[in-house]
Amino acid sequence: MVPESTGFAELLNKARERYPAVFDNLGTAALWVLFAGLLIAALILYTNLFVVGVIFGSIIALGAIGLTLIYGIMKFAHFAHGDMMMLAAYLAFFALTGRIVGEKTEVDLGWSLDRLPGATTGLGPLSFGYGLLLAMLVALIATVALFVALDNLIYRRLRQRGSGIVIFAMVSLGIAIVARSVILILWGPEPRFYVPGIFPAHEFPFGIKLKADQIFIFATVAIAAILVYFLLFRTRIGKAMRATSDNPELARVSGIDTDQVIRWTWAIGGALVAVAGVLLAIQAQLKPELGFTILLPLFAAAILGGIGSPQGALIGAMIVGITQEVSLGVEISIAGRDILPQILPLAPGYKFAVAFVILILILLVRPQGLFGAKA
Amino acid sequence: MTVLEAREVVSGYGEVEILHGVSIRVEEGEVVTIIGPNGAGKSTLLKTVFGLLPCKHGAVLFDGEDVTGQSPQAMVRKGMSYVPQSDNVFPLLTVQENLEMGAFIRRDDYHSKTEEVLALFPDVMERRHTRAGKLSGGQRQMLALARALMLDPRILLLDEPSASLAPNMVELVFTKILDINRSGVSIIMVEQNARESLKLSHRGYVLAMGQNRLEGSGENLLESEEVGKTYLGG
Repeated sequence: MVPESTGFAELLNKARERYPAVFDNLGTAALWVLFAGLLIAALILYTNLFVVGVIFGSIIALGAIGLTLIYGIMKFAHFAHGDMMMLAAYLAFFALTGRIVGEKTEVDLGWSLDRLPGATTGLGPLSFGYGLLLAMLVALIATVALFVALDNLIYRRLRQRGSGIVIFAMVSLGIAIVARSVILILWGPEPRFYVPGIFPAHEFPFGIKLKADQIFIFATVAIAAILVYFLLFRTRIGKAMRATSDNPELARVSGIDTDQVIRWTWAIGGALVAVAGVLLAIQAQLKPELGFTILLPLFAAAILGGIGSPQGALIGAMIVGITQEVSLGVEISIAGRDILPQILPLAPGYKFAVAFVILILILLVRPQGLFGAKA
Repeated sequence: MTVLEAREVVSGYGEVEILHGVSIRVEEGEVVTIIGPNGAGKSTLLKTVFGLLPCKHGAVLFDGEDVTGQSPQAMVRKGMSYVPQSDNVFPLLTVQENLEMGAFIRRDDYHSKTEEVLALFPDVMERRHTRAGKLSGGQRQMLALARALMLDPRILLLDEPSASLAPNMVELVFTKILDINRSGVSIIMVEQNARESLKLSHRGYVLAMGQNRLEGSGENLLESEEVGKTYLGG
């Protein structure tokens, strides 16, 4: 049997060498068909989970777009992205409630946005008031400042020294750990909420159940995505960012100020991280380790879409988000019994493993991603 | 008047020294070609002049001003444009956006310049909203030249503009280079296609082993026995 299979593998390799385009396109086409089929099936069979997946996917999208922009321009994997999302969410929490953990008991600083008149009254059907929107803005400004400062203090020096991408990635991992530790020191390990309490979901046609907050999340992401598109395709600095990502050497010889481009990239990445972090905390909760957990879906989305491509990150994030949610609800019944729990026990805790599976699949079949240029 | 001059330039990559003291100059309005065998240091010379590689000894003068060791950005601002041999367009950007990037440091309205540059290259103009990556090799080379012209440079540095082009495109590219020169831009280029490029050059240099070997007018070099034997294939 073994020689036969090697013969087949050889044949396959020969065919691959002779017709690289066919094989590349076949792999890609197969992947597209697979994802499109999965998504359509999910939409029809599990409409509600599909919609929840879109909401989750849209949060991932904001993070993944920032990740992919940073990768495109600076060519390194920014491992601090997820933890920075959480840090931004906690900064918003701090701005909103003024609360941090003291040595023994909770310390309330005595000033915060939620003391503004009517700041916590729910906006229409939403669970939170305008106080959280202001808090999000504070977190956004703080995160942008933090990202630009970190570049100035750390990454810029690494660039001047000509450090390799591994050094950059390791440094960002270190920053991720610092960010998580800061959260633990200041706010403790217990989960927190912007607005405590349980809020009812609204019923929509096709069995869709959504909270008003989730619609807010989707709308916010849609606006942010449009703003990013406008910036990248219609402004001088955005075009320079795309040019630098496309051909850094030529950008330099064209006289493009690459330091300015890098500062802008950090600023945009920081703004997206802050919004994504707050939205994630609205959807789930504030938990110190959530930032690291979310990192995997972020990378899966960015790589699936083709790292460096913002449109790709958006679509990749939707695929990851939907697949994660729907995979939890899949039921395969034989003779009236749901057999899936026996063979594949997908408890909610395994949700993030789905992103892993997608990541491995894409790296095997099409490492450059759905929208990536050929490496 | 001398636009660009390299004096006794010593340069290389890291510890490896490739140029051991090369001197060239380009007068206003000239086309100057540098030829020489592989590894002679032709491309290294252009990169050093443009500030992409450190100049260890010697000097680079632009309009008589010492610009040795300045960054490519500074060179662009002074009026030098450089077209690399390969990867000289932004493949994911449209033709139009490629030109906008060529004009990045211009803060004025460069709309008329875009039209003027595109008028020089009619095939590229037709495809101004196409991604540069979808252009043919020849069209890309045209776009690369067009991008470099967006800042009204005093001098163009071209690294093998005819490399890997089909023969009919080679001729077209050289015609365009002459057109650009006639519009008042000095040109210094490195070429493998020695015969064609020397024909249209006012002067030429032959480099070998990182040193000046010969120099003379384009015609003289074409007729020279050594150049004929070594670089023109008999």
